[in-house]
Amino acid sequence: MSDSDEATAIQLIIDGTEVTGHAGQTILEIADSAGIYIPRLCWLENLTPFGACRVCVVRVNGRIHSACTLPATNGMVVENDTEELRGFRKNLIDMLFAEGNHFCMFCERSGACELQALAYRFGITAPTYPALFPHREIDATHPDILIDRNRCVLCARCIRASKESDGKGVFGFAGRGIQKHLIVSAEGGLAETNIDASDAAISACPTGTLLRKRTGFAVPVGERPFDRTPIGTEVESTTGPTPPHASTPTSTPAPAGKE
Amino acid sequence: MTTSTKRIAIEPLSRVEGHGKVTIHLDPDGRVVDAKLHIVEFRGFERFIQGRPYWELPVLVQRLCGICPVSHHLCAAKAVDIIAGRAQLTPTGEKMRRLMHYGQMLQSHALHFFHLSSPDLLFGFEAPRDKRTVTEVIRAHPDLAKRGVLLRKYGQEIILATAGKKVHGTGAIPGGINKNLRPEERDSLLHEIETILGWAESSVSLARDYTLEHLEQLAGFGAFPSNHVAIVGPDGEMDLYDGKLRAVDAEGRILADQLDPMDYLDYLAEEVRSWSYMKFPFLTEFGPERGWYRVGPLARLNVCTRIDTPRAETRRQEFQSHLGSVCNVTMAYHWARMVEMLHAAEKIEQLLRDPDLQSMDLVAPVSQPSRRSVAVLEAPRGTLLHHYEVNEHDQVTKANLIVSTTHNNEAMNRTVRRIAEDHLSGRKELTESLLNNVEVGIRAYDPCLSCATHALGQMPLHVALLDSSGATIDERSRG
Repeated sequence: MSDSDEATAIQLIIDGTEVTGHAGQTILEIADSAGIYIPRLCWLENLTPFGACRVCVVRVNGRIHSACTLPATNGMVVENDTEELRGFRKNLIDMLFAEGNHFCMFCERSGACELQALAYRFGITAPTYPALFPHREIDATHPDILIDRNRCVLCARCIRASKESDGKGVFGFAGRGIQKHLIVSAEGGLAETNIDASDAAISACPTGTLLRKRTGFAVPVGERPFDRTPIGTEVESTTGPTPPHASTPTSTPAPAGKE
Repeated sequence: MTTSTKRIAIEPLSRVEGHGKVTIHLDPDGRVVDAKLHIVEFRGFERFIQGRPYWELPVLVQRLCGICPVSHHLCAAKAVDIIAGRAQLTPTGEKMRRLMHYGQMLQSHALHFFHLSSPDLLFGFEAPRDKRTVTEVIRAHPDLAKRGVLLRKYGQEIILATAGKKVHGTGAIPGGINKNLRPEERDSLLHEIETILGWAESSVSLARDYTLEHLEQLAGFGAFPSNHVAIVGPDGEMDLYDGKLRAVDAEGRILADQLDPMDYLDYLAEEVRSWSYMKFPFLTEFGPERGWYRVGPLARLNVCTRIDTPRAETRRQEFQSHLGSVCNVTMAYHWARMVEMLHAAEKIEQLLRDPDLQSMDLVAPVSQPSRRSVAVLEAPRGTLLHHYEVNEHDQVTKANLIVSTTHNNEAMNRTVRRIAEDHLSGRKELTESLLNNVEVGIRAYDPCLSCATHALGQMPLHVALLDSSGATIDERSRG
């Protein structure tokens, strides 16, 4: 990407609203700066976009793309908050719950989990699909860090953060399809890697998969990140148009009985 | 009709928590030879928490129950305090947990007395089943019903303020608590405490008057002499949150005192019987025949030397002046329960006025972590014990939970048998009256059968009448 490209201002239309950015930005980045929330799970600021979760799917000039990976170009017409796309996203999130072992009722990331927060935002209060109840390994070997693969959604945020932010490469994937799973860079488990409890890789986890040991439940119910405001409001509260409809949360910020 | 004995089964039991079934065994002459309360659901909590990190336990294990999750939450928290090496709580940590616990005691005792048991007491054991419901109580005694609902609500508000949620909160964490009591929460709760104390006091009078008025009927109802077990403070005073175990016999003689929960395997054993998922605990020294005991409100009044709040202590003395220093009347559980509810309300008031609850010193520092821990507390229904072991990676390797209903297993079986003996006496069919009375007897203990087997759901009652060959000759179900 050349300097001149970055400087080039571009205009696109997202959900009927004209927004501006510059060449080199992705659709998701431009939407964010305009205060338009495109739901996402595997995307994390400052990490290379990965396009794994497909939660950020949008229609660009009629075709489906992941907004986190597609560079914006001048004149693009982007559909984001449509019934069809909301349906796709809701289904994807629903399937992630069915694929893993996500028991919010005793998970210490409840209220801070992006998967749970997306589910609440999309009004998923109970699973649609039968749970697969896969057998997933826990790695508790490290004195200060726990991996609970039951909750892994294969977003690769830890893999990218370990590599790009921590400069380490502690995490990776093995297996394919339904067998795909998170591995660490030592046969003896996490304890034999060079990971540190302060690594960005741990904070990068959107679910309760990577945990700092003995810190769970320290934040009381009501004060956790998503207790008061639904996921996405941090984007929507920035400057930009108020979202016209719909992907406004279908649940109140802290629904009764929320875990 | 054969010459063999008969079996009667009552199923399902209603207005108790969990699934249960009663069988009554008759000899050829129609005399009751045995009666059994079968707990037929199995949930396996102790198995599936293996491998989980220990700090999850207070939040995970409380899912055993929707009525007394706070008791499991706090008992597990006390156990993980020891594992984490943070057992010396800060004043704020301990007092916030105690406040949560007394709130739980208040709401659960109100629920049990008003919602679950008052229909039996107000309308009589023989009243038609349709009449003995909480909706009929609301219709016939609206003020009393309202008081019950609001007492429970107040307890739930205490739990909300301490645990973060009214059901299945997260307040207690290893070594303390994750929040203090905000001044506005305190003020809102204090605003109502005088009303709550007044209602709790009048509830004791209600239970007392009922018991004394019906004492002739109640004295022998499902009753028998038994040992009693509860935790007490260092001087033998009632302490529902923390203490050591004391056992007394049916005459009040102390069998054992200041037993350390950590050593429970030295003095408690659990017998397994093939026909129930619920085990039968007993004091090892006295064997299964003589070592079984009762727990819960009645046992706690029998076991403690005094109560350290004035109103409840006066009421304890009043209880004993009528029923003796040790009471074995099963139906006196209700009166004892209301004395405890008053005690809980008094404790709540004391704690709400304690400035330690506004301190930010929430969690104790680490001293000596441990791989094994045992904790006890007095849950609304009786003594609750949690035993955990963890590996070097902080994962649970073993768990044993002995809940109140399990402690009362033998006693509930004897209650059922006594009621069956009194009612059947030669008859070989199940009557509505027998079913009613069996339910009333079981309900005195406030059993939480789902908790006891670590099983899920409501508790319907099935009763079967069996002959000596084991064949069912009569059967009735409710649900």
